[in-house]
Amino acid sequence: MRFFEFESRAIAKRAGIPVTNYGFATTAEDARRIAEDIGGPVVIKSQVLTGGRMKAGGVQFADTPDEAAQHAENVLELEIGGHMPRGVLVDPKAEVKQEYYAGVVWDGIRKQPVMLFSDMGGIDIEEVAEKHPEHVGRGHFSTILPFGDYQAKEVVAQVGVTGRQLTRITPILARLARLFLEYDMTLAEVNPLVELKDGSFVALDAHMDMENEARPRQKALLEELGVGDEETRQAREATAFELAGEEVDSMDHRGVAGNVTEFDGNLGLVIGAGGGSLTLFDAVRAHGGKPANYCEIGGNPSVRKAAGLAKLVLEKPGVDKIAVMMSIVSNTRVDIVARGVIKACLELGYDPAEKIAIFRIPGAWEEEGFKILEKYGVDYCDRSVSLHEAARRAVEKIQSDGARPSEPDQMRQTTAEVGGETDV
Amino acid sequence: MSILIDADTTFIVQGITGREAVNLTRECLDYGAGAKVVGGVTPGRKGRDVHGVPVFDTVEQTVEHHGGPIDGSVVTVPPAFTKDAVIEAIAHGVKLVVIVTERIPRGDVAEMVEFANLHDARIIGPNCLGIIVPDVIKMGGIGGPARDAAKAYTPGPVGVMSRSGGMTTEISSTLSAAGLGQSTAVSIGGDAIIGSAYAELMPLFEEDGTTEAIVIYTEPGGRMEAELARYLQEESTRPLPIVAFMAGRFMDEMPGMSFGHAGTIVEGKEDTASEKIARLESAGITVAEEIAEIPGFVKDRLGVTA
Repeated sequence: MRFFEFESRAIAKRAGIPVTNYGFATTAEDARRIAEDIGGPVVIKSQVLTGGRMKAGGVQFADTPDEAAQHAENVLELEIGGHMPRGVLVDPKAEVKQEYYAGVVWDGIRKQPVMLFSDMGGIDIEEVAEKHPEHVGRGHFSTILPFGDYQAKEVVAQVGVTGRQLTRITPILARLARLFLEYDMTLAEVNPLVELKDGSFVALDAHMDMENEARPRQKALLEELGVGDEETRQAREATAFELAGEEVDSMDHRGVAGNVTEFDGNLGLVIGAGGGSLTLFDAVRAHGGKPANYCEIGGNPSVRKAAGLAKLVLEKPGVDKIAVMMSIVSNTRVDIVARGVIKACLELGYDPAEKIAIFRIPGAWEEEGFKILEKYGVDYCDRSVSLHEAARRAVEKIQSDGARPSEPDQMRQTTAEVGGETDV
Repeated sequence: MSILIDADTTFIVQGITGREAVNLTRECLDYGAGAKVVGGVTPGRKGRDVHGVPVFDTVEQTVEHHGGPIDGSVVTVPPAFTKDAVIEAIAHGVKLVVIVTERIPRGDVAEMVEFANLHDARIIGPNCLGIIVPDVIKMGGIGGPARDAAKAYTPGPVGVMSRSGGMTTEISSTLSAAGLGQSTAVSIGGDAIIGSAYAELMPLFEEDGTTEAIVIYTEPGGRMEAELARYLQEESTRPLPIVAFMAGRFMDEMPGMSFGHAGTIVEGKEDTASEKIARLESAGITVAEEIAEIPGFVKDRLGVTA
């Protein structure tokens, strides 16, 4: 979960990292007032969860409070990379002597956090690492032994920083390392960390990402920042279709039938589990199919939930047919998913045999599942048909059938035969 | 033979009275020669039993009851309690911990792994289904109920490692159908940080006399394929033919979004499917486009005529 710059700075400040006397504004008037309080030239920075602010005109310099208000008004209206800003940060214009980079990330291979430091700040650290590797210091640190400031000092010293710069920067990097673990961050970055003309150090920009899994235990910090549970901060905002998918998944606590992502194709996918969904989505596309959605089923969801997901996909505008496919299941029951998708078709007035292009779920309770599918004339296959072959058949069906619109079949309104919940 | 576990392996199940754990215990007891599940732990439930397996409050009590060191533990407790459960097991001499639980923050995983390293113990997972040695033993929910697991897994020369539990079974079933059995199949877990990744299990497969080839299933996110490539080029002691399958190719077009597993997210260039495929191929690994191609490639690499 990504934080806005103004939140990241607040977190840095809370951890004892020096920041400027900045303010956060959501109106031009607030921006003017903050600029007046600062009493000198300021920088107006758009608060969006995306990069490229400078290029897009989301960072403006102002000499007077009037100018600050004017810029704030414009920046508040400026969409950047599809995102509207949450507000603007009003920052005193800094007299910079030197820019540095300080960051902490996870190293998944070493399974430890790693500090990164460079005396070439203000630019992308990956670029520095590639072009000027001697300007990047690195140091892993333990998650169970106490963190010593000397570890940060060693990283700073690696790039040749010494003198009072070394002694000033060391505690800043050390605090960043400690906050990284304390707040379950996946990225904690101060870039640039600057030395001002007066010799003091401040974080001029900060970027932090918290692990989603840790949100429950970081409630105190999130409350303090005013970040509610409803704010998912995903890379792209959830669509109405995706939100409806979440609702289906929260119908009950049995299994998963959700993780829906919207695409604009005509083949609805009712697929699972994690790896199976990834494989099947690729397979549909590899055979020239156009998926209407991505989703995941697993952990043995109820008939009701499976039906809810299938209905959601069937009702999505532009969906002609659905393909119900999973890798071999051992926990999820084939018959339950079969009942769910047939129930969804019937309740919407569709003929399951028409609407379900293919059903390929082998595994637990498959005999029972296949019996139900047979009864409704649904095309199904077992494990002898590969995931890719099943996807190919589904795509072939929807393409050969593409021009014919399928009208709801009024003859099939009853759900009595498959409607009952099976008690597992 | 096999890696990690064999017919003599003893293990406990932590969180044994949970719904999923009760099923998993049954499955392990039923499979192959029957796993030696020597105890279970759920705090406050001492004195009960789950399919005949005695339940205790602490790992210490299970060790006492067993009368000696216990080899392994399957951990199925909720995410907030997992770290403590794993450390408890390792502190009492358990050397192999399979963590089934998902949604554990990385900081906790790193702590568990570091603690395990200090005690010469190994972690498989989190967010995994465990380990299976076909017809002999399974440790975890991998393959499901014994009769389902028997349909998919057969003994043979192929070592399987997979970031997806379900795909471990799908791939093994495909291999079995083509007459290629498995030496050991390991569901390594779908999180960003896991106890044992490909490169860390490779030495075990290389030492295992029955393993003649390796099949891996992988996804975008992380750098474990690059690490595998490095291992093969610098440290391998008995080069084995490897066939890989990469799922989630579509994710290259959707940076920053997570699909399938928590660890599956394209955050940088190195995380993409296309970059990983290039790395795997440069290390001499055959990358299959479809699961169904895997057996053919394995046979080619083994020099077997199909």
